[in-house]
Amino acid sequence: MNIFRIIEQLSEVDADVLGRFDSRRAVFKTLGTTAKRGALASAPVFLASLFQKAYGQGTKPTVIEVLNYAQTLELLEEDFYKKMVAAGQVPAGAPKGAIDLILKHETAHVKLLDTTIRALGGTPVTGVKFKTSAFPADYTTQLVVAQALEDTGVRAYKGQAGNLMGAMAGTTSLLQVALQIHSVEARHAAHIRTMRMQTPWIPAADSALAAPLGPVYTGAIPESNTTQSNVDITKLGAGYTANDAAASFDEILTMAEVLDASRAGGLVQP
Amino acid sequence: MQRRSFFRVAGATVAASTLVLAGCGTDDPTPTTPAAGANVLTLAAGEVGLLNYAYILEQLEAAFYQKVVDAPPADLRAGEKEALTELRDHEVIHREFLKFALADKAIGTIEFNFSSVTFTTREGVFTAAKKLEDLGVAAYAGVGKLLSGSYLALLAKIASVEARHAAYVRDALQPNSFGTPDAGIIATTGDYAGLNVALTPAQAMAAAAPFLNFTVDVSQLPTT
Repeated sequence: MNIFRIIEQLSEVDADVLGRFDSRRAVFKTLGTTAKRGALASAPVFLASLFQKAYGQGTKPTVIEVLNYAQTLELLEEDFYKKMVAAGQVPAGAPKGAIDLILKHETAHVKLLDTTIRALGGTPVTGVKFKTSAFPADYTTQLVVAQALEDTGVRAYKGQAGNLMGAMAGTTSLLQVALQIHSVEARHAAHIRTMRMQTPWIPAADSALAAPLGPVYTGAIPESNTTQSNVDITKLGAGYTANDAAASFDEILTMAEVLDASRAGGLVQP
Repeated sequence: MQRRSFFRVAGATVAASTLVLAGCGTDDPTPTTPAAGANVLTLAAGEVGLLNYAYILEQLEAAFYQKVVDAPPADLRAGEKEALTELRDHEVIHREFLKFALADKAIGTIEFNFSSVTFTTREGVFTAAKKLEDLGVAAYAGVGKLLSGSYLALLAKIASVEARHAAYVRDALQPNSFGTPDAGIIATTGDYAGLNVALTPAQAMAAAAPFLNFTVDVSQLPTT
């Protein structure tokens, strides 16, 4: 393991990576000490904590970083639906109409984010593709992946709302735009779930599903969560089932959770 | 320090209460509940007013679905009664959660005017449901930028569930209409292509007017 190689690779995608570490010189001091102690056996764990310090809580991503993260997911979705249309297995009629409409929305999101990132002086992410080897051969499984992508999208946008508070592009509130996309992704998710004969909303049980769906509904705050701001929703008023309590609130995924290999991160063509 | 107990819910943790303290103005007045016979409900300034605004919408949706569930139309299709019951449960949960969060700042229970709704047919029920759900989705999309962090996070959790509801009731009324651009719900061309409509509180309350027996004065709510 070569930490400097890792940082070098990171700097290719994150120009500010050295800045992040430099402002935390103490971390490097510890690194030296740890190395001297010959504690390299624990290097992966140590590295994880090092990156947690550089990228973890307290390091608020810039607006451009948030928008490029959103763009990564939109490009992934757009390419997935393009592949789905190209594969030609979507039944004609309502299913084809739905997939075409969703693709049209994703393309509009990509265009809007691209324009916005440029307008803010940033460099938009391009070329994100859905991993060819992960593309399902049959329509039924394609819909499973579509559900995974849409429900991930809803959770991902929700997770960035706080990071876009007050962010503007001219007179346009970027938080509002993100919430407007967030609602459209939720409409997509609901419809795809319905196409799969699932409830349009997410029951508690989905957090226990097998991959690729299960991980979409887990995380630090899983979709099975029934407690909001320390209030046990199942005990509100007349009392509710865990499924109702969980389905009434959608939960966030953090950037790191979404980009993890078990979720959307594992669906990007390397 | 009395602000610490301003809202029970977000004040429940130290971290959240800091945000609440930062987010509350020094002069958030107590909301005005319409007195008997009064025809204007004035929403208070700041987050009390914004949360009560959401509380009105959730009360409206919950009351609507409760009426549906109490006397479902005879022509509902398989599974629809169960789905409408779940919708009722979700909206009652949202309503009760907001009421709990607002504690003594919550406005009273509203009696709605559903005279424009045909409750005896599935088409009548889903037509009204579509109107209410699309309204809720657009209202939440518009209110987010007016909120502080802790309430933004909470209402965003509700917002996407409302969008799921909207997609469901639209599909029930007309197959595949979960995201079609009719009534300007999602534009397919232009600058706003692919975006759900967002309504300001004033626009949303105007859209809700047919269901209300009083006018809602939103002039004290933040606009940016």
